[in-house]
Amino acid sequence: MIVFVILAVPLVAAALACLPFRRLAGGVTFVGCLAVLALTIRLALEITAGRPVLAIPKWVAVDGLSALVLLLIAFVGSTAALFSLGYMARESHEPKRLRLYYASYNLFIFSMLAIPVLAEPTLVWIVVELTTLCSALLVSFENTREALEAAWKYVVLSLMGAAVALLGFLVLFAAMRAAGGDAYTWDGLIAAAPRMPPILLQTAFVLILVGLGTKVGLVPLHTWLPDAHSQAPSPVCALLSGVETTAVLYVILRLFPVLKAAPASHAELWAIVFGLISVGTAAFLLLQVRDYKRMFAYSTVEHMGIILLAAGLGNSAAHQAALYQALTHTLAKSFCFFAAGAALLAAGTREIGSVRGLIRTSPAAGISLLFGGLAIAGAPPFAVFLSEFSIFRAGLAGGHYVATGLLVLFIIIGFFGIMWHVNRMVFGQADGNAQVCLPASCLTALVFAAAPVILFGVYMPAPVHELLRLGAAALGR
Amino acid sequence: MSDPSTTFAVLGSLNMLAGGLFLLCAFGIVATRQVKGCLGLFIIQSLLLAASALFLGLQHGSWHLCGVALVNLIAKPVLIPWLLRRTVHEEVYSRREIDQVLNIPTSLLIALALVILAYFLAIPVQQALEPQFQSGNVAIGLAGLFLGAYTLAVRREALPLLLGLLAMENGAFFVGIAISRELPLLVELAIATDSLIVAFILGVLTRAAHQHIGSTAVGALAALKEEVQR
Repeated sequence: MIVFVILAVPLVAAALACLPFRRLAGGVTFVGCLAVLALTIRLALEITAGRPVLAIPKWVAVDGLSALVLLLIAFVGSTAALFSLGYMARESHEPKRLRLYYASYNLFIFSMLAIPVLAEPTLVWIVVELTTLCSALLVSFENTREALEAAWKYVVLSLMGAAVALLGFLVLFAAMRAAGGDAYTWDGLIAAAPRMPPILLQTAFVLILVGLGTKVGLVPLHTWLPDAHSQAPSPVCALLSGVETTAVLYVILRLFPVLKAAPASHAELWAIVFGLISVGTAAFLLLQVRDYKRMFAYSTVEHMGIILLAAGLGNSAAHQAALYQALTHTLAKSFCFFAAGAALLAAGTREIGSVRGLIRTSPAAGISLLFGGLAIAGAPPFAVFLSEFSIFRAGLAGGHYVATGLLVLFIIIGFFGIMWHVNRMVFGQADGNAQVCLPASCLTALVFAAAPVILFGVYMPAPVHELLRLGAAALGR
Repeated sequence: MSDPSTTFAVLGSLNMLAGGLFLLCAFGIVATRQVKGCLGLFIIQSLLLAASALFLGLQHGSWHLCGVALVNLIAKPVLIPWLLRRTVHEEVYSRREIDQVLNIPTSLLIALALVILAYFLAIPVQQALEPQFQSGNVAIGLAGLFLGAYTLAVRREALPLLLGLLAMENGAFFVGIAISRELPLLVELAIATDSLIVAFILGVLTRAAHQHIGSTAVGALAALKEEVQR
């Protein structure tokens, strides 16, 4: 029951956001997202207590892995809604366009929440496609030449990938039928996997990896990602980069236990190779970016590669580390885009070269950007460092010395790339001395988004740990 | 009907005829200059997809596939063009796309190579299927998917790009009707609705491009790059 309420709340909020009352849309969006967050926390607690939720057999089910993704979406959805209140009001849009923004925002949240909840792969494919369609108008929201270009690239490449993935899901269905299975769900697939014709399963996996990999931003299909994730309004960037990619990667990860149950599959090798290529390419691109929102977008490509690689390392410690990394990346990256949004409000440009001494003109934006850079690059007291370190340990324990070594090298290169740019922007002599004040809701959102990034670096609450363990168990069957 | 096996064979041949024409339409979408012509070809292609589903349904006595044919018949050739008419300005339709990325004869040759590649890639998949699922649909659908993707690479106008995307989906579906026949009708309906939303959202984006940058040659937009300083 609670699952349906979670899905219904954003739909109701979207409908309310269309009503012509000033200021209603933003408030209703924020309240709706908070309600969803509260409900998902309750759902997650129920699941960690050992009661998996099966709402409609064969169609809707929630286990530890889905609950983790739900929680991430709900958390970033709430902070981004709070950030939107101040950020969108600052840029003086017409009331009609603001209503459109909040309505699309809620529909986007709905489509993402539906991904982990659904258990039928073709329906999951449909909601993945819906995430693209609901966010297209958010990416093009500014209606500038660049924003429209980004939106077109985003939609065309994502939908192209989706068509390839659709073929993959249809082949998967045929493979399941050939094995005599009758429940086309994630669990049903695992049960049928040992009897599937290997060639069909492999074909399906490769088609889905390539197809959905486009939307996750895996190299070489990442070209749309920095455009879309830099041109959209900052709160939307936080959603796109922080949770949308993670939610789609979750769908790919769901296939791993299926392939593991089948004889002679090479899914893990594919994951390691694709992961390393993404991390490596992104690390070198991070050195030469000129736009700080694009910098954080490339860092998303890097982290998606890290998570995929960790999932491919194969042992249960690595699976847990992969999910831990997904958690910390989502939290840190959404914070980074809020910081980037604050920097954009303060400095008025996205170019790294034109921003100097941010810490003088706007201490809040400067400090946030510095913390965000350190957190996402993986500096010690923050959560990302711990998750990356656990991947490193799991890799060594599993005997993957080359892959782990290369991963560490690329992460270090990425670290220097990010910190070099952030350093240039935050410190130094500012051009003007005018202090810029940020809207209160933006500051509050920054504080809320920062809290778990710091907290999870020093202390991991028991339910979260249990959720990670359950999720890893779902991956490693 | 004299003999069940004759009926079976005739329906099989009719299905293959639909498949051949389906592929021809995919070639047409790659090469036709007029935007209107592209739309017409897409409509014919969708009709052929529905026809193939109908023939396969009759051949194997599957009412379910006939339902799929009906859903496709309503959604793609009727509702999508109607939606596009509502969202996109008339002037965009009457355009001719003069400069594709490659000239048309080269394009067609590459498209031909892609079809041959699709044929060879389809063989192992085809062989792994049980006999009642085997038909030419796998190779043809895969080729349709490739040609749709190739359309996205060479076209620049917004509407042909949109039609390329929908043609890719048609290709994937053309495989689907042959190999995953018992997909629940609910899913089929959802997929059809989804392609309507694709047409609507891209129509809105096309309109925005038309209004705000005065051009619908969205493939030619290239301001967002790493090297060039803006």
